[in-house]
Amino acid sequence: MSELSVDNSKRRFLVALSSTMGGVAAVGAALPFVFSMNPSARALAAGAPVEVDLSKIEPGMKIDVEWRGKPVWVVHRTPEMLALLGKHDDQLTDPNSDNTAQQPDYCKNPTRSIKPEYFVVIGICTHLGCSPTYRADIGAPDLGADWPGGWFCPCHGSRFDMAARVFKGSPAPSNLVVPPHKYLSETKVLIGEDQAA
Amino acid sequence: MQRLLAWVDARFPLTATWKAHLSEYYAPKNFNFWYYFGSLALLVLVIQILTGIFLTMHYKPDAASAFASVEYIMRDVPYGWLIRYAHSTGASAFFIVVYLHMFRALLYGSHRKPRELIWILGMLIYLTLMAEAFFGYLLPWGQMSYWGAQVIVNLFAAIPVVGEDLAIWIRGDYVVSDATLNRFFAFHVIALPLVLLGLVAAHIIALHEVGSNNPDGVEIKKKKDEHGRPLDGIPFHPYYTVKDILGVVVFLIVFSAIVFFAPEMGGYFLEHNNFIPADPLKTPEHIAPVWYFTPYYAILRAVPPMFGSQFPGVLAMFAAVLIFFLLPWLDRSPVKSIRYRGPKYKVALALFVIAFIGLGILGILPATPLYTWIARVLSVIYFAFFLLMPWYTKHDRHKPEPERVTAL
Amino acid sequence: MSRDKTRLYVLAAALILWLPLSAPAAAPAVKLDRAPININDQESLQRGARIFINYCLNCHSASYMRYTRLTDLGLTEAQIKENLMFAADKPGETMTVAMRAKDAKEWFGAAPPDLTVITRSRGPDWVYTYLRTFYRDDTRPLGWNNLVFDKVGMPHVLHELQGHLVPVMQEVKGEDGKMHHVVARLELAKPGRLTPAEYDALVADLVNYMTWMGEPAKAQRMRTGVAVIAFLALFFVVAFYLKKEYWRDVH
Repeated sequence: MSELSVDNSKRRFLVALSSTMGGVAAVGAALPFVFSMNPSARALAAGAPVEVDLSKIEPGMKIDVEWRGKPVWVVHRTPEMLALLGKHDDQLTDPNSDNTAQQPDYCKNPTRSIKPEYFVVIGICTHLGCSPTYRADIGAPDLGADWPGGWFCPCHGSRFDMAARVFKGSPAPSNLVVPPHKYLSETKVLIGEDQAA
Repeated sequence: MQRLLAWVDARFPLTATWKAHLSEYYAPKNFNFWYYFGSLALLVLVIQILTGIFLTMHYKPDAASAFASVEYIMRDVPYGWLIRYAHSTGASAFFIVVYLHMFRALLYGSHRKPRELIWILGMLIYLTLMAEAFFGYLLPWGQMSYWGAQVIVNLFAAIPVVGEDLAIWIRGDYVVSDATLNRFFAFHVIALPLVLLGLVAAHIIALHEVGSNNPDGVEIKKKKDEHGRPLDGIPFHPYYTVKDILGVVVFLIVFSAIVFFAPEMGGYFLEHNNFIPADPLKTPEHIAPVWYFTPYYAILRAVPPMFGSQFPGVLAMFAAVLIFFLLPWLDRSPVKSIRYRGPKYKVALALFVIAFIGLGILGILPATPLYTWIARVLSVIYFAFFLLMPWYTKHDRHKPEPERVTAL
Repeated sequence: MSRDKTRLYVLAAALILWLPLSAPAAAPAVKLDRAPININDQESLQRGARIFINYCLNCHSASYMRYTRLTDLGLTEAQIKENLMFAADKPGETMTVAMRAKDAKEWFGAAPPDLTVITRSRGPDWVYTYLRTFYRDDTRPLGWNNLVFDKVGMPHVLHELQGHLVPVMQEVKGEDGKMHHVVARLELAKPGRLTPAEYDALVADLVNYMTWMGEPAKAQRMRTGVAVIAFLALFFVVAFYLKKEYWRDVH
């Protein structure tokens, strides 16, 4: 093992080159494993957009739809409910939906919806993830004479109006989330896909 | 960096371990082709553990959903097909490199004194590997999985007196069932891999204690220079690390060729019938174990039932595996390497290889009367290789061993 | 040394080479026709998918196959929904079947097997031959028998297309020394809507689709394999020179 004839620069070059290739090989081998942890075709299929037929919802009623494992409410709001929406902005944390994370841009409006009468929202409280109770009964005795209808979270008492905007003094920090959705026809809405801009 | 290393070394023998096992582990300089398979076996072990972990994330050890979960991996999980094929190909690759690694020992006497314990640990690895492969093969829950497990577990039922109860205890049921699948899963994914890792560590520690053998079968530690380094030794790192990298790349080319272009390997690595879900009411027309078990399966079938019992065949099959353990003490030759052995050992080894491969082929084919007779002859050769070894190795001619290893 | 080395290489080669022989499957009584298929022919696969869904999926499921996967064949999700989805609501669903297994067993004697991976167990040639060798046999409950699957429970679903084949019998001396009646060949007794050549092409498309469905990732597998092996070949060159450079030290 004579050290005399060693060409160190060639050796360093070959070590660097093979280390680089080894590194590329390691990353390349790791990628399939990393990708395999992404949602599978089954999970993607289960999380696919959900079609809802609005014609079946009576005015004032709410239906529950499951989208990506979460409850989504679709409410057919009456003109009376809509009329009450503008009357308590001073009691709300975010009356104008300025928190852009809570709804798509096309729902940043006073009714937080595409069509005022149909309201689509994810039914999970922004406080700790409970599902609030639908309380459309205006002036309900247990919620106060000025209760305009909305949702009440049984876990920690958060209160939301008929556009799922949170009332001041609730533990929930923000309005409920409106999911991406679009109208396929007058009476069909697709939850999970944005409407074309 | 230096300070960090010093900090670690004061608390953990990192540099010392690196030196003891790599940079100052002196290996004979005359390793040839046959010396690649030890490091390749280690590589396959890593491949199997990694792919196995990721398969476990998606596989369901449940008789009602196991088959579907494998198809789910093959279709719905991103790159699931690649991970599954790598695992199924890895199982066969494991046995190929281990068989070649064991054959190397027979060539150059690597099992001989002072390396008996390395051989025994290696044989324990081989046994664990067979169990690991057997348990794992049930998991896809196809027809071959099911009936293969059924047949092998029933071998235990042939043991006199306790056999029936033993078979039921192994299955946890009267037939191979959900309970069997669940416990085989536990053995396959946690129990045996732990044992395997422990044995592999012990195998390597024992090897590095006595030092590697070489194709000349001479001890390089006998001749040392003034620094106490073996004259015919070279540090494992960098010389054998760069050589093994080359071996690893060649192996990966072959391995990838199978995984990407022939993962079924004509029905040997993934059997056609295993694409049919397990059906406890319908046996496939022809069942053969996966190729790596077929030599032993052929021995099992070659032994006729005696005293109305299958037990002698079962005994012969287990004996055929276990007899390898005795090898270091059966071999009485004064030399280790085949290079200096006489014609008797060379002929015996050649016959043994023919018998082993021949039995392997017969184990795949259906048992016709002719094949059964050939299998009997080959089984006799198989056992004669071991049982007559003390005689033919002692009375064989041999050339004198050299003092130093011969040229590369 | 070099001589014993050579011999050992030969032994090692023998050990490895006996593997790629094809594993013996149960020997069929009839010689199978080679299925003229090509899983890269998207038009053939699309035609095959339509035939499969129209004819097979009424009784057989393909319960690991998602409709969405048909997008790999160059179809859009809208096309799949419009033209191919009859038994499912969402493209993400698998190809299940409405017929209950219990009813099926009553009607056909056995539940129709799931067909997702049938070509992986039977092989494309078997399926191709099977679908073309149904013949009239009045001794069978539904009036049909098959050359490669004797006494099959399934009737000839495609008989309107193929027409009716009848067997020409022949006497053959069996291994037991007795004479047996066996089917020598099949003759077209009543033509169907398709000519024999058209029918063979239709079955080829169908088998092509079923082969693709058995392993939809195959095309991706081949592509990835070429890239991986090309990379490893480059790596081999570098590793070879790295080893050679270091081993110049060893004398």
